[in-house]
Amino acid sequence: MGKTLYEKVFERHAVRQLPSGQYQLFMGLHLIHEVTSPQAFSMLEDRKLTVMFPERTFATVDHIIPTTSQLRPYKDDLSEQMMVELEKNTKKHGVRFFAPDKAEQGIVHVIGPERGLTQPGMTICCGDSHTSTHGAFGALAFGIGTSQVRDVLATQTLTMDRLKVRRIEVNGKLGPGVYAKDVILYIIQKLGVQGGVGFAYEYAGDTFDAMTMDERMTVCNMSIEGGARCGYVQPDQTTYDFLKGREYAPKAENWERAVADWNSLRSDADAVYDDVVKFDAAQIEPVVTWGITPSQSTGVSSTIPTLDQFSADEKGSIEEAYQYMSFSPGQAIQGTKIDVAFIGSCTNGRISDLAEVVRLLDGKNLKVKEGVRAFVVPGSHEVKRQALALGYDKVFTDAGFEFREPGCSMCLAMNPDKLKGRELSASTSNRNFKGRQGSPQGRTLLMSPAMVAAAAIRGEIADSREVFDQH
Amino acid sequence: MDSTRIVLKGRAIPLRGNDIDTDRIIPARFLKTVTFDGLGDHAFEDDKLGLKAEGKTHAFEDPRFAEATVLIVNKNFGCGSSREHAPQAIVRWGKGINIILGESFAEIFYGTGQTLGVPCPQITSDVAEKLMSAVETDPSAEVTVDLEKRAVSVAGQTYALSIPDGPRKSFLEGSWDSTGELLSARDAIRATAARLPYVNGYAG
Ligand code: SF4
Repeated sequence: MGKTLYEKVFERHAVRQLPSGQYQLFMGLHLIHEVTSPQAFSMLEDRKLTVMFPERTFATVDHIIPTTSQLRPYKDDLSEQMMVELEKNTKKHGVRFFAPDKAEQGIVHVIGPERGLTQPGMTICCGDSHTSTHGAFGALAFGIGTSQVRDVLATQTLTMDRLKVRRIEVNGKLGPGVYAKDVILYIIQKLGVQGGVGFAYEYAGDTFDAMTMDERMTVCNMSIEGGARCGYVQPDQTTYDFLKGREYAPKAENWERAVADWNSLRSDADAVYDDVVKFDAAQIEPVVTWGITPSQSTGVSSTIPTLDQFSADEKGSIEEAYQYMSFSPGQAIQGTKIDVAFIGSCTNGRISDLAEVVRLLDGKNLKVKEGVRAFVVPGSHEVKRQALALGYDKVFTDAGFEFREPGCSMCLAMNPDKLKGRELSASTSNRNFKGRQGSPQGRTLLMSPAMVAAAAIRGEIADSREVFDQH
Repeated sequence: MDSTRIVLKGRAIPLRGNDIDTDRIIPARFLKTVTFDGLGDHAFEDDKLGLKAEGKTHAFEDPRFAEATVLIVNKNFGCGSSREHAPQAIVRWGKGINIILGESFAEIFYGTGQTLGVPCPQITSDVAEKLMSAVETDPSAEVTVDLEKRAVSVAGQTYALSIPDGPRKSFLEGSWDSTGELLSARDAIRATAARLPYVNGYAG
């Protein structure tokens, strides 16, 4: 009987079965950032422990960093303090820090792949739930809490349960103006925000085969929004082409051996899955969330679902969502006025995301609607450098978007970028939770970068295919 | 301090609603800290404010539940961000919550609970409803959770709860504090690492 990639990678990293029946799993790559690591270092020091494999932990700063100017000290004292703490901890424990002042910093899930740190067949963890992003390379990558960050620092291992594996097969060609973001929002809409609890998601089928690495990262990024702690795509030639030559990727004669090894980790044809679901790519249109969880979404040409479309169990949260968002059941999603347009985050802040919006905007003399604050935040300094070299910043600013310094920014608004009051934002990020974008009453609609750009230009939710004539 | 968690007793606080995410448990602005101190006061801050504006009271602000050490929730509690600040805020709230009973939990939250020594046993919707109503009717009622017997009782009624063998064992034995146990396998850790192709340079 064949095995899935999940099983093969899990078994390879299992140090032993613990007396509790759970497993002790070795972590190939540990990423840390300023929000979830300071307490872990304190706990480590309280216990007089050291970092066992400092060369396997890499740090950056992303959540709190201002995107207007990265000059030190930061205006916000608490942010400055967190930064100082991270600098101190990484220095003391010999951890490589991708620093803003060296223009190396970026969102942790953007720089891992960018540097070639993220590789097929690895176990990857970070005190951040969107660590699932790295699964795009055929790695087992998942988010952990701070006490577990302490454990990884001290032992490079974690206590883990074995997950079940659900194969999510999507086949067919995506229509014009339909993106990876729509695919994952569609999957979450169908399977629910709790559907993936207890599962690893294996994304398979020719729709994913045809995707670029950036697109696969967008999909895997949001696995956690569907309840799945990790999600992965099998490594293939697309993966290897992306990785080859990157700073931390295997070099010279190791490269061929690595590729052979990675190929051997692909799920076997006769692997047995705990569940299989199938979707047809042709059924997917641009998706927009309308509620307060990422599964509360609708196709752009459709309307906000009515209460009778939900089970008794879901009704409570659906009613809560109508109320919080001030939407009525049956209302069209198109035409919803927006205040803010945000393009960025670890879901859609990579160079290809910016490139696509530039392609749509360029040469059409389109302008951001008056009254809308629109901004583009690159996922890393590297993304920013590439964007500048290609002149993207100019296309954005000419159209009325602000082009900012890299960071998480308004994805969770721990830095100065925030919604005010009841403002409504069209956002390429991954969470539309109540208050997520910095105002306790703020409202977020998640969608693809093209859809955010369309909303910015129209000042309301619009079908990007029509706005940009994508046929 | 005794680290075993066998029978836990105390007053309970019901928190109704599915999919309560960690952004709601502790909003991101309170994550600007290098310790977990003081987070308890800000647990559910925005939900509290929201309800207050509507003239209602959030359970975490309701004086009837101020003494609670047992939290009862519905489905998919703790979804979203992995921030440990969320369970840390809950254990630092009031007298300190030391066990959470719920219909289901998000995985990262569940795992962090285990690492902090906070069991998160599962109960059915029916039991959740019964427990919540019982403590709403009588907030002073003592809830007893017996992990050994996999049972929870209140007001003379006993119901079943479920908890996987692994976490249960770690609570009964007091071995949930993982660092020491993980570290005891130091040699095996190094041996596993040395076998990994990307560690040993694809030596085969
Ligand atoms: S961009 Fe958003 S989701 Fe991604 S790591 Fe930053 S805060 Fe988290």
